[in-house]
Amino acid sequence: MLLRHTPKEIKERKALAVNPAKTCQPIGAMYAGLGIHGCLPHSHGSQGCCAYHRSTLTRHYREPIMAATSSFTEGASVFGGQANLLQALLTIFTTYNPDMVAVHTTCLSETIGDDVNQIVKKAYKDGTIPEGKYVVHAATPSYVGSHVTGFSNMVKSIAVQMAEKTGKSNGRVNIVPGFVEPSDMAEIKRIAAMLGVNPILFPDTSGVVNGPLTGKFEMYPKGGTPISDLKSAGDSMASIGLGAWASAEPVKALDAQCKIPCQVQDLPIGLLATDRFVDALRTVAGVSVPDCVTQERGQLLDVISDMQPHLYGKKVALAGDPDQLIPLTEFLVTIGMKPVHIVTGTPGKAFTKRIKEITARFGDQINVQNPGDMFLLHQWIKNEPVDLLICNTYGKYMARDEDIPFVRHGFPILDRIGHAYFPTVGYKGGLHLLEKILGVLMDRKDRDASEETFELVE
Amino acid sequence: MTGERTITVNPEDVKKEILAKYPPKVARKRGKQITPVSSDEKESLQVGANVRTVPGIITQRGCCYAGCKGVIMGPTRDIINLTHGPIGCGFYSWLTRRNQTRPPSDDAENYMTYCFSTDMQDEDIVFGGEKKLKAAIQEAYDIFKPKAISIFSTCPVGLIGDDVHAVAREMKAKLGINIFGFSCEGYKGVSQSAGHHIANNTIFTHVVGLNDTISDAKYKINLLGEYNIGGDAFIIDDLLEKCGISVVSTFSGNSTIDQFANCHTADLNAVMCHRSINYVADMLEIKYGIPWIKISFLGPKSTAQSLRKIAAYFEDQELIDTVEKVIAEEMVPVEAKIKEIKPRCEGKTAMMFVGGSRAHHYQELFWDLGMKVLSAGYEFAHRDDYEGRQVIPDIKIDADSRNIEELEIEPDETRYNPRKTEGQMKALEEKGFQFKAYEGMIPDMAKGSLIVDDISHHETETLIEMYKPDIFCAGIKEKYAVQKHGIPMKQLHSYDSGGPYAVFKGAINFYEEIDRMLNANIWHYLEAPWQKAPELSGKYAAE
Ligand code: SF4
Ligand code: SF4
Repeated sequence: MLLRHTPKEIKERKALAVNPAKTCQPIGAMYAGLGIHGCLPHSHGSQGCCAYHRSTLTRHYREPIMAATSSFTEGASVFGGQANLLQALLTIFTTYNPDMVAVHTTCLSETIGDDVNQIVKKAYKDGTIPEGKYVVHAATPSYVGSHVTGFSNMVKSIAVQMAEKTGKSNGRVNIVPGFVEPSDMAEIKRIAAMLGVNPILFPDTSGVVNGPLTGKFEMYPKGGTPISDLKSAGDSMASIGLGAWASAEPVKALDAQCKIPCQVQDLPIGLLATDRFVDALRTVAGVSVPDCVTQERGQLLDVISDMQPHLYGKKVALAGDPDQLIPLTEFLVTIGMKPVHIVTGTPGKAFTKRIKEITARFGDQINVQNPGDMFLLHQWIKNEPVDLLICNTYGKYMARDEDIPFVRHGFPILDRIGHAYFPTVGYKGGLHLLEKILGVLMDRKDRDASEETFELVE
Repeated sequence: MTGERTITVNPEDVKKEILAKYPPKVARKRGKQITPVSSDEKESLQVGANVRTVPGIITQRGCCYAGCKGVIMGPTRDIINLTHGPIGCGFYSWLTRRNQTRPPSDDAENYMTYCFSTDMQDEDIVFGGEKKLKAAIQEAYDIFKPKAISIFSTCPVGLIGDDVHAVAREMKAKLGINIFGFSCEGYKGVSQSAGHHIANNTIFTHVVGLNDTISDAKYKINLLGEYNIGGDAFIIDDLLEKCGISVVSTFSGNSTIDQFANCHTADLNAVMCHRSINYVADMLEIKYGIPWIKISFLGPKSTAQSLRKIAAYFEDQELIDTVEKVIAEEMVPVEAKIKEIKPRCEGKTAMMFVGGSRAHHYQELFWDLGMKVLSAGYEFAHRDDYEGRQVIPDIKIDADSRNIEELEIEPDETRYNPRKTEGQMKALEEKGFQFKAYEGMIPDMAKGSLIVDDISHHETETLIEMYKPDIFCAGIKEKYAVQKHGIPMKQLHSYDSGGPYAVFKGAINFYEEIDRMLNANIWHYLEAPWQKAPELSGKYAAE
């Protein structure tokens, strides 16, 4: 057994986190920065954080993840990091020539209280930041929230520091896609295009962290939200934030600053959440939904109904981020499954309430913990076994020990490919999720079938 | 070994090209860490190392915490490694280093699959985190009943003034198990290297010497600086066992705390990675009288030399004969493999930028295949790892290294026991045997090559453009940037999904890996037909 010390008996823990279901803010901020075209993320702290965040994102995407660091030493930690940040900006603009630098803080620079806003102002004033280049910055202390909070903070900063209101509507809709995969961002754009909507999607990591092999390294790949779009976001007709944890703050901030009416929807994972997204988008954009979208919806519905015998009543354990878990749980309930154990490490009161609502039909039998960790999830599973586990890569240890079919979903996925290319949002994404879930469930059925019950057809 | 290779690109030009892109002050600073090997006269060469990274330069370095918790302590399976800090540091160092471990039974302790953290919140930062740390230790004890708990400090801990050592002492007294703390805040030093030193000090202070049981094995050594990435330590152990040499303790691949506690009973310290572990080697010598030698089990020649060196140390004909027999046996398949693969790799070129030792030791495996090393450098080494240990007295201690404690070690009152008398050591030295000697990377670098310390992304790009290597070795952060160029990239920290690569058996794996990487089909398909011959487009449509 790989997790041989995990006991069935659950003791309350107040101080010790074991096998977390979250990580820290800056990695989310770094990921968000990568979603702006020509942007280099910068970590203002000691260099270890940046190395860790780059490594994790690199392993998750198997793509170059470029980011710089202020490389604090003990001296900077005592006297403040202003000199380091100014030096960093000079080095970066001279050597790497980005259009934008997205600075996030770390626990270290937050603890010593560096005033990044003032330092950046100084850098603009003294010409360290060349004409026509931008530096946006966000405070991302990791002792608050999680990687999702960091993503949200950076996107919000990008929005308020870049959007300009000219007073002339651009006729577009802002969409903040949340902390999702590049495949998901591309799928959201595809759905919008089918509706005839030209959204300003930010950030947009499609084409950045799932780039092609061409024989040439591009420091700033083709993808990413253009800076001109970021500016124009202040002139959009409306904003839709997908996922309350990641995207509510950015769209609300745009509303406050540029008076752009906003709404927050769940991430469009699964049938019903995608329905709501499409409905919301058509309403704010004033367009009608074309048949091709309804057709995709029907296909998803069709597969769900075909495969009911394999899904109905099956118990599922989940760990991940609130924005994903809420619609994912809803989808599992929609297709007839029974999500029984659910944890997220990302705090936020609304989570448990939403999950309880979605799983109301099962009464009080559902375990939800927020913030919780994977150690607790494993203990729950030991007490009430499940038929399927859905979480990030770290779940493979539980899946192996308990012999549970396992679908990787969430962040990070360090040992498989696919998430960068095949979306789980939208109706097509729903199909992809179903294919993955049914794949592991039916492989398991075949594996465990006796010779006489091992069958070809059904 | 570095004989007739000729390299056509002038390393001085490469250096110039690299520095041209930096602001003047940065160029001056980086210039000291980039050393062209322009002639065969290498005595006077210096490489600036273990100095601060330039902010913003896109370094590949990590932090002190990573060196301490991740590198040195990560592979020890039966200690609860508790990260005191916000969640990230602990999360990223959770199972991300590929060090394998083999508990002796199904219920033996193994916490390496777990991540333990105090997950500090803002109130802990404001009011101090000691209370939470104490509670976390208590909870860990209540749930797991471990024999030891160690605490790793992350950046905020030092700044808010949490005294992890006081907490460790208090909880140790309360719970009656070994509990100790590492002051390895990420901002200390200039790289992972500081963390290695702190880990060495702490383990030496709190663990080494706690178990005096002497095993009755005849030739007892410690293997220092071997972390069992991809199972290296396993096959090293197998080889040593075949020779009749037993390993008391490995620092720290596949290790347990008891092995550390008992390591002072070995009769020789064999040092693999000099950078990360020389401190423990020195301290074991001063306190317990165990001499140390530098060895390397990477590459068949080095492996053979190292085995011979160990045998020579014990001065026992039986051991010397066994070692020769084992070498002869193991070399047969190695030579066969070289013969098979070399024709496909000969003349190709490589570069490597990792660690504090591998960028040196791995070169031999490429030479075996007839390949050249165009450029190399370390990520977190010191000058002695380039220039040799003789340079140590000349190294200036700067503000960043002054903060890393040097322990004052004295011979142990009862247990100091020089394994060799001064006379015996002298006699061995007269025969050419070297104690505490490491010549560093420079002597092995060919004329025309370039040494780059703490390489940046821009420098990597320039090297690739100018030297056009056939294979590039570094870490995960560089991997895919290099491969976008169509150049295969080998991770020499974590070995990608491969390994073991140590000793004779591992060398065979490595040759096969290089063969696969250089000769894989995929690199021929970068262009689509219409990119190769764009002028044809539209023709058929027009007809
Ligand atoms: S938790 Fe804080 S200190 Fe740790 S990696 Fe994240 S930002 Fe860095
Ligand atoms: S916060 Fe400090 S200890 Fe943690 S990863 Fe960053 S540099 Fe290292």
